[in-house]
Amino acid sequence: MGVTVNAELAIRLRGVVKRFGALTAVDGLDLDVPMGACVGLLGPNGAGKSTTMKALTAQVIADEGEIEVLGHSLPDASKQARAEMGVVPQLDNLDVSLTTEQNLRVFAHLYRVPAGSRKEAIERALSIANLTERRDSKVDELSGGMRRRLLIARALLHRPRLLLLDEPTVGLDPQVRQELWALIDRLRSEGVSILMSTHYIEEAERLCDQVTIMSHGKAVAVGPPRRLIAEHAGPEAVEVYGSPSRLREVEEIARTHGWRTRRTGTSVSVLRANGAAADLEGELRVTNLEDVFVLLTGEEIS
Amino acid sequence: MGRVAAAAPRLHRLEVAAVRGVMVREIINFSSFWRSSTFSSTVDPTIYLLAFGFGFGSLVSTVAGYDYIEFVGTGIVATTVLFSGAFPAMYSTFVKYQFQRTYDAILAAPVDTEELVTAEALWISARTGTYGCVPMLVAMVFGLDPSWGMLLVPFIAALAGFGWATFGIFIAGRAKSIESFSYWQSGLLTPMFLVAGTFFPLDGLPQWAQTLGQFNPLYHCVELVRHAVFGLEGWVDVGHVAFLVGFALLSWRLAIRFMERRLIL
Repeated sequence: MGVTVNAELAIRLRGVVKRFGALTAVDGLDLDVPMGACVGLLGPNGAGKSTTMKALTAQVIADEGEIEVLGHSLPDASKQARAEMGVVPQLDNLDVSLTTEQNLRVFAHLYRVPAGSRKEAIERALSIANLTERRDSKVDELSGGMRRRLLIARALLHRPRLLLLDEPTVGLDPQVRQELWALIDRLRSEGVSILMSTHYIEEAERLCDQVTIMSHGKAVAVGPPRRLIAEHAGPEAVEVYGSPSRLREVEEIARTHGWRTRRTGTSVSVLRANGAAADLEGELRVTNLEDVFVLLTGEEIS
Repeated sequence: MGRVAAAAPRLHRLEVAAVRGVMVREIINFSSFWRSSTFSSTVDPTIYLLAFGFGFGSLVSTVAGYDYIEFVGTGIVATTVLFSGAFPAMYSTFVKYQFQRTYDAILAAPVDTEELVTAEALWISARTGTYGCVPMLVAMVFGLDPSWGMLLVPFIAALAGFGWATFGIFIAGRAKSIESFSYWQSGLLTPMFLVAGTFFPLDGLPQWAQTLGQFNPLYHCVELVRHAVFGLEGWVDVGHVAFLVGFALLSWRLAIRFMERRLIL
């Protein structure tokens, strides 16, 4: 039975625990990434997302639990797993003194692309990243967006079936972010399995078939974004704007009715009131994944 | 496991493909900084050679049965190996994991720490094998006679260089900050560099210093190079080779152990 299940999962984590001294960064995490799916790992800073990503390449060794990547059990078979997946790190670790093409050439070797198809792999990666024109530019002459595209292209040289993206668009301006989303979406449509950690809700909502919301090292909710929104935030929210005292008043009213609220700067969102909050004189809006996130983790995003 | 694992070739420990991949990175990088690296690795020892050769050489004509230029022109090979082996290994290793995060990127590919350390050390060892000969060639201009045995010198320098490279990686793997390198440099490497029989023979030193000198890999490198150039001495030189091999193996394992501790959390 285990065999059939594993063959359908690109990533399978069960009860994974990782401690750093007194801190438990990952605390009994279960996580599934089905083959061909794009799964988002969503959580505030310090939720354990990056530690989880590092555990998938055995750069972090879990204290407890089971990790399987593409059917390979980690950490013992981690090299095999790494040979079949691509990794886009959160922190840019390109060789800045080398050119775009040289960076790709080094990784074509590291990923053991056979000599005969190395040139073709590099050309393909350059074109995926739309960097063919900048092949001879030194990396430190590239913009932030280009560098991030190059990091993604570098992870795709060996045509991996699984791609790990750790905060792929952090620190980029909105237009560049859109470009990267289009690129990731294209990979997903080509059947690459993707696990993406992010703390941009919109990113997860747009790209992911499923999300796992993490808080304090645990998965607090798992499912497709639409379903999580329906389950946890209800169909609509009433957003009330007003003075701080008015907002406190609204929160008090909501509490007496047993509705959930969420403070967003100058407003309060009242959730799960099922239409009964209409007399609060707020604006009716559609709920989103951010509402779910805040309700479940108690933390505002960025 | 099923279909997935069966499709890919099995990977083993310490694979040539992984070691070669890391070396390719070094070689491509080297093409952009070979001038400065070659300059610092060869000019320093050449200055020592000339300073001692002219300065000291004017006071003494022969040392331990050799002309002084012969004595120092062969001994200097070990100094070059230390300068172009241990120091680049210490600094570049530290910079690559601490500031450039290069090793993070490499270890996310199918390369293990053992392969990474081995590749870095082999590449540095190839450089020490080459650089090690430069001051000896300079000494030839000043009167060191060529001999067939000199053809062995690059290999001796590469063997000793592998030991020093891995020793440097070991120091970098232990270091909490780049400042802590000063303790190793001043406390260990500088005394070793001087008490190696490069510029003056060990037998003029107090007994305790002579004994300590026997445990100095540089001393064994110096002796081996001199014997290669002026005539090998059988089992004595087998002993020197064995010491250098032992030093290289021990440093290699230590470097891997401490780098794993540093890179794998």
